[in-house]
Amino acid sequence: MTSRPSLYAAALLILQRDLRLAVRRPGEWLQPVAFFICVTLLFPLALDPAPERLRQLAPAALWIAALLSSVLAIDFLFREDGRDGTLEQFALSGQSFTGLVLAKTLTHWLLTGLPLAVAAPLAAVALGAPTAAIPGVLLALLLGSISLSLLGSIGAGLTLGLRRGGTLVSLIVLPLAIPALVFGAQATDLAIRSEPAAAPLYLLAALAVLGLTLAPVASAAAVRIGLE
Amino acid sequence: MLEVSGLHLWRGDRHVLKGVSLRLQAGEALQMLWPNGVGKTSLLRVVAGLLPAESGSVQWNGQSTTTHVEAFAHDLAYLGHDLALKADLTVAENLRYALGLRRAWNAGLVRTTLQQLGIDPLADRLVRQLSAGQQRRVALARLTLWDARLWLLDEPAANLDATGQAQVVAVIEQHLAVGGCVLLSTHQALPVQQGINRLWHLPQETA
Repeated sequence: MTSRPSLYAAALLILQRDLRLAVRRPGEWLQPVAFFICVTLLFPLALDPAPERLRQLAPAALWIAALLSSVLAIDFLFREDGRDGTLEQFALSGQSFTGLVLAKTLTHWLLTGLPLAVAAPLAAVALGAPTAAIPGVLLALLLGSISLSLLGSIGAGLTLGLRRGGTLVSLIVLPLAIPALVFGAQATDLAIRSEPAAAPLYLLAALAVLGLTLAPVASAAAVRIGLE
Repeated sequence: MLEVSGLHLWRGDRHVLKGVSLRLQAGEALQMLWPNGVGKTSLLRVVAGLLPAESGSVQWNGQSTTTHVEAFAHDLAYLGHDLALKADLTVAENLRYALGLRRAWNAGLVRTTLQQLGIDPLADRLVRQLSAGQQRRVALARLTLWDARLWLLDEPAANLDATGQAQVVAVIEQHLAVGGCVLLSTHQALPVQQGINRLWHLPQETA
């Protein structure tokens, strides 16, 4: 009998596998970020394009678009691995299932949350935000998107066994995402107005840490139930 | 080695497993030839730990599989209806990522196993380009490479031609010869010659 690889090695392997699959199927991770850019760019067309008014609405536009994009992306997290039996093999691998689910969620964040955070400053500038606001907007979206991915993993796990779980995921995730939305929009607003945004950023970081601590356990339990 | 006793499983209002019991020793294969819809897959999933039973116990080497999860997982290889292969990865990549969760990568061993199953020329082919039978052979190669003592196989010869079925039998015989044991579901009994080969026709019987 051979010794089992460490959880760290197994997690790295999942990261590598999912990144390779993403390179071969770019549509899956490009869709949410393309959706995010489209929604934010539609705002100036639907509203009075006065720069001051756009600047005021930019935080709400950015965060609602980010929230909807992350919900759109969450469908890709477990669905295919659940369908083709990969999650069953994860559950029987002898590795910590919670650890493997966290590895999958973090890879998913790298593919969907990180591109959103990178695209957000550009969208903010397009909505009239000053370039000085870019670090604040970037940081707020980086922290917020981690929470959104982790919350989404719970929703994706809970709806794994359902044929059409897309709408239900939204209904589960959107109410849970309200704190991230409130603090994120506030941090973005303060950054755009060139005011100190440390307080909401700390709260976003706290939410991300809380999510990293609790969400993998909840989503692993939900996925296990989904596999039954 | 494997002892299942008094398993009861309900799916909704259906009593699927009604006190199923079985014993499986090293070098032994037990083939479930139950009719469709009476719980072959459910039994395999309960034994694997993917599905919790309402009552009954599953013991591996005298230890409960629900309390000694890691030790059981180390000795267990499960091949279900879904083969857990990624269509957009090559055969070699699929094996690499599946094996990496359970043991160190050994390129030489992988090559030998692929040769045994006659799929070594397909190593660099995307799984989406393979036939259903070829995909099943890749899953069998993975099973062999996992180096587990207990195999739970859900219709391992499905979608395979005569040559493929003979290869499945050869792989199972090889596993039994080194002291492994196999619980499998199938519609037609596989002609396993090595070790002890038992056929189980009805779930009401104790095997």
